[in-house]
Amino acid sequence: MSDLAGVDWDLVVVGGGNAALCAAIEAAETGARVVLLEGAPEFYRGGNSRHTRNFRCMHRGPLSVLTDAYGEDEYYDDLIRVTKGQTDEGLARLAITTSEDCLPWMENHGVRFQPSLSGTLSLSRTNAFFLGGGKALVNAYYNTAEDLGVAIAYEAQVKHVVVTGGRFEAVEVEIGGERLTIRGRAVVLASGGFQSDLDWLARAWGPAARNFLIRGTPYNRGVVLKDMLDQGAESVGDPTQCHAVAIDGRAPQYDGGIVTRLDCVPFSVVVNRDGERFYDEGEDVWPKRYAIWGRLVAAQPDQVGYSLIDAKSRDLFMPSVFPPIEAGSIGELAEKMGLPREKVEATVAAFNAACRPGTFHPTELDGLATEGLEPAKTNWARPLDTPPYYGYSLRPGVTFTYLGLKVDDTARVTGPEGRYENVWAAGEIMAGSILGQGYLAGFGMTIGTVFGRIAGREAAAHVA
Amino acid sequence: MSLDQVNAGAPALEEARRQLEICNACRYCEGYCAVFPAMTRQKAFADGDLTQLANLCHNCRGCYYACQYTEPHEFALNLPAALADVRVESWERYAWPTGLAPMFQRNGLAIAMAVIAGFALLFAAVAALPGGGEGFYAYLSHGAMVAIFLPAFVFPMVAIGIALRRYWADVGGKALRASDVTGALHDAGRMKNLDGGQGQGCNFEDGDRFSNARRIAHQLILYGFLLCFASTSVATLMHYLMGWEAPYGFWTPPKMLGVPGGILLVAGVLWMASLKVKADHDLGAKNVAGGEIWFYIVLLVVAASGLLLYALGGTGAVAVMLPLHLGSVLTFFLLMPYSKMVHGFFRLAALMRDRQDKG
Repeated sequence: MSDLAGVDWDLVVVGGGNAALCAAIEAAETGARVVLLEGAPEFYRGGNSRHTRNFRCMHRGPLSVLTDAYGEDEYYDDLIRVTKGQTDEGLARLAITTSEDCLPWMENHGVRFQPSLSGTLSLSRTNAFFLGGGKALVNAYYNTAEDLGVAIAYEAQVKHVVVTGGRFEAVEVEIGGERLTIRGRAVVLASGGFQSDLDWLARAWGPAARNFLIRGTPYNRGVVLKDMLDQGAESVGDPTQCHAVAIDGRAPQYDGGIVTRLDCVPFSVVVNRDGERFYDEGEDVWPKRYAIWGRLVAAQPDQVGYSLIDAKSRDLFMPSVFPPIEAGSIGELAEKMGLPREKVEATVAAFNAACRPGTFHPTELDGLATEGLEPAKTNWARPLDTPPYYGYSLRPGVTFTYLGLKVDDTARVTGPEGRYENVWAAGEIMAGSILGQGYLAGFGMTIGTVFGRIAGREAAAHVA
Repeated sequence: MSLDQVNAGAPALEEARRQLEICNACRYCEGYCAVFPAMTRQKAFADGDLTQLANLCHNCRGCYYACQYTEPHEFALNLPAALADVRVESWERYAWPTGLAPMFQRNGLAIAMAVIAGFALLFAAVAALPGGGEGFYAYLSHGAMVAIFLPAFVFPMVAIGIALRRYWADVGGKALRASDVTGALHDAGRMKNLDGGQGQGCNFEDGDRFSNARRIAHQLILYGFLLCFASTSVATLMHYLMGWEAPYGFWTPPKMLGVPGGILLVAGVLWMASLKVKADHDLGAKNVAGGEIWFYIVLLVVAASGLLLYALGGTGAVAVMLPLHLGSVLTFFLLMPYSKMVHGFFRLAALMRDRQDKG
């Protein structure tokens, strides 16, 4: 590995996920000598990209697996809705309009798409799904990068980015216990956010964050982000916030990924540790609500919720990775889940009594609401009365953090004295510029691809 | 007692069930092959469902390399291996007479070599008896060959038929429609389930890079075998219907089919064996490496001895080659129900069963 230090690289790419790979490939295609430093071991390479499944893409007509059309304004409106306006319009529109060219580029660099997965038909117009998911995309890009001669180092933890007078000189990196200085003429920082550093998360969000699960890679610890901010790089995004969804409470601490999601909430009664309901479970269809439930559960005692259903609802949602707790009565279910039996029985009895007859329709807002109950359940409110009963625990699962580096429309990073001469950033480490709040499915991969490619091209042009 | 009950709680089935329940909550691999769309039609997997999915799986390994949950991840998914274990166990379980198959999977090479040698000696001995006939029949009369090979062909067909009936009952198969059969033959004819879903091929000999090498090698073997089989069938028809007896010259149907068939078979087997050597053994079935190797060696001996027999026709080598060829062909057919060869029959059945669910 020490031979990496002996080369004067044109471009050093810090990180090994989608954005990093797009940057490395673009630069290598111009003939630049590129080294990519991935902090994870080879198996876990690819950061959060390895857990992704699709790419949100603008298109004026049918494109690859995408049906119909998805125009710039509709895409932008969707973004405004989830971010509540907290975005940089110029960068956002750049990401959106460039996404259309990215899809064929991705296909030309080994990525394969497949039609929308079963159970996700609502995304078939807006999101192109990767055949095999994000890890297959990551594998394809690593193969492409290797074929282009990109040098790849795994378990290469960048500790410090050496910037002098607004100019990048080198990175200090630890590879297999050995500390090296790798010099380069330009750098692309694509090493993600800080959500895997629970201490940092707890300092930012509060001590309750120690009970959060991290949905993706354990390697996004924000070391490079912090190093750059300490050196005066300009930041964007709320430093205290993370994006969290409600996931299966039995998920592993890290890397549980897609399979730990639970889609049962709209058909259930959700109680907290004390056996009390705390929010309208039927406010909207689940794809529009799963994100707020991360926050809702995080606000409950011990950061945990319990979703209870009966046999009627068992087959209305995607299978869960862990089987539910099963019982013949609500009281027994409460006991098996470690909840106060009488309290849960009373909560469910009150809920059942507040349900009204009507037509239940699981796939649309059916208006089947409770009456005289606080908080109300405004759709899909059916009594829990058909054994067996099932229960799932819910915990907040953190997807990403919002704090990032400020970039311009060439993905160049801004330092204390204006833009750095030769420092670019792409992916989660700068996504806070565009996603100030909320999340739009498949948009993280769009930001990573668009800005990764821009960063790689700009950096290569700089050193040419 | 159904076979399901006999096998209840088998570790291979339990492990496959555990893994598929994780897969079913992810579904990223839907586009690779027929297994995943079939999986999503269910929420819980009975033993019969697992057996069907296992026989539908062609071990292309696309799902393994795409999987974010393979070891060292704690979910420890290795679906190609899990399904391969269920698949091989199912062939052993359904085989008739029950109990023969496992013996061959474990000790196949030694048994097959002994059987070939035994038959070859027997044929050589019979040939030493005085006979009257031309060409091969100078060595072994046509009547003797038929008396030996007709039962040797009928027996494996009956045995495999019984095994398939057991399979069909366990996987809940319904009455076959013509479209089930044509659809399955169409998929098998192109090895659809080794094309990666989009023609890029499978992940076999080169890690996570895709290639069609295994798919092509497999079809060389398949079509080579079918050509050889057609050659023998045509010759039989010519013999009985037209009174046109062997030996046949090059420009005759038996040779026009058999010579290319033998060449494809030899090339395919050698290519496939070289790919198997490069492939990661941890992604296939445990305990059957020996069972696969003997099958390849028998196929190779059948094809190569057949070609040599033709090439060396008229020389004294025929006295050696003919017993070897006849012995290996007889071995191939008699051991077919307990060899890797049954995979083709079970695969076809699984593909037909899958058509029934697709509607």
